[in-house]
Amino acid sequence: MTPVVQAHNLGLTFPTADGDVVALSDVNLTIEKGDFVSFIGPSGCGKTTFLRTIADLEQPTSGTLEINGQMPENARKDRAYGYVFQAPALYPWRTIEKNVALPLEIMGYSAAQQAERIKRTLDLVNLSGFENKYPWQLSGGMQQRASIARALAFDADLLLMDEPFGALDEIVRDHLNSELLKLWERTKKTICFVTHSIPEAVYLSTKIVVMSPRPGRVTDVIESNLPRERPLDIRETPEFLQIAARVRDGLRAGHSYEEMV
Amino acid sequence: MNRVLPVLTILVLIIAVWYAAAILMNAPWQNTLNGRANLTDVPFHTFAQQTWAQDKPILPAPHQVVSEIWNGTVALEITSRRSLAYHGWITLSATLLGFAFGTGLGVLLAVAIIHNDASDRSLMPWIIASQTVPIVAVAPMLVVGLNAVGLTGLVPKALISMYLSFFPVVVGMVKGLRSPEGIQLDLLRTYDANSWQVFWKLRWPAAMPFLFASMKVGIAISLIGAIVAELSNTAGGGLGVRLLTGSVNGQTIQIWAALFIAAGLAAVLVALVGSAERAVNRRMGVRA
Repeated sequence: MTPVVQAHNLGLTFPTADGDVVALSDVNLTIEKGDFVSFIGPSGCGKTTFLRTIADLEQPTSGTLEINGQMPENARKDRAYGYVFQAPALYPWRTIEKNVALPLEIMGYSAAQQAERIKRTLDLVNLSGFENKYPWQLSGGMQQRASIARALAFDADLLLMDEPFGALDEIVRDHLNSELLKLWERTKKTICFVTHSIPEAVYLSTKIVVMSPRPGRVTDVIESNLPRERPLDIRETPEFLQIAARVRDGLRAGHSYEEMV
Repeated sequence: MNRVLPVLTILVLIIAVWYAAAILMNAPWQNTLNGRANLTDVPFHTFAQQTWAQDKPILPAPHQVVSEIWNGTVALEITSRRSLAYHGWITLSATLLGFAFGTGLGVLLAVAIIHNDASDRSLMPWIIASQTVPIVAVAPMLVVGLNAVGLTGLVPKALISMYLSFFPVVVGMVKGLRSPEGIQLDLLRTYDANSWQVFWKLRWPAAMPFLFASMKVGIAISLIGAIVAELSNTAGGGLGVRLLTGSVNGQTIQIWAALFIAAGLAAVLVALVGSAERAVNRRMGVRA
């Protein structure tokens, strides 16, 4: 089966006024269908850049990258993925329902199909009953759930999530993490998830990609042996702590704890 | 009530200062008149009333202006050449047409500027230069020039209004159409939206607050443009002509009446744009 994401010696260099910045260097990674992959690392390690490269929002400067066996640009034009940004990025002049309808309108779904998909995805993120609210009438967590619904609305098999819960408090975050796992279980999607929280990465993932800065690179890829069914208290089990320790070691090996220059 | 009281206080204060200033400014001429008529020892309150009742005062008293407005509107046939309502309508129609032209042109230029770097660099300097030319210099040339090619009446005046009012709209809309954040644009790119969709689904709605702010400035200066244009074509009528003939004949009361009508028109027009803005805000779910 074709992997969902396959990167081979991928590199990306941003030219800046004071020299080139190597955002990604020699990244080799394969993501299979149904994986839940977390990218973890300190700021500047290229995790967001890698996600944006998959999404064809950045162009690699060396190596190859294939999404479903296609060039990233063609995959984007095929609407192969849904992207959830750090901020909800809801359009303030659209109601929640209309925000979810945005990709559907652009992709030319009929009104009936739109209504059906809006209902289904809002159900999926537990936002039924909020269809006609405007974004400012919702809490931060609910807004981010609406943005996840928007990314799910057009049935892309790949979900790219860039620190979606980074701005939320820990209680809301725990709740959304367990909801996200249920959603992943039900929809069988492939999820790429950027975070800088170790517990979040271990709790959610089947595969954890540890990254390091200067130059941005992959230092370790950890396959998680935790069961797919994960109650929140799995985070106190020895297996969980063992994986968390290995992630921490990987971050340390990449000198991620050193002071930023 | 606690909003009405301060407003009324200031209004009463302004009127009091105005009456006092009228006495002061009209006193020299009144002294001359009284001297000619051999009136001496005029008591102050009689003197004050005399200064408030001159034919061609330097500063007319408020009630003189009010009665001039009354006589020029309600008391006259609307078709009369002396009717302020008639002249007001001439100016208003040029203002509205020019404002419509100006807003349209401003939006079109802004769209061209944000979609094309070359037009940004080539148009913007000319747009800014256009506003550094004094309008009183441009207006007669344009009105006379258009007259020579047979274009008279409303359109030349509307063009002067447009010349002034397109500018705030261009500046505001360029800013407004560029106001969406990076992730809002990235989002549409992930949907492979075309530039038409980016414009109508994101840039245009995001620019609405900027459009209305620009239009409030635009409609007020449209009125100025129409009045200035009328100074170059006295046969056409309008508030500008009333101002000009008033000043040529020393009819200060007539000047002030025309000024008040113009100011009232401007206030109403800006308020109309404001209520259109509120209606659009309601439809766009803006937090009240």
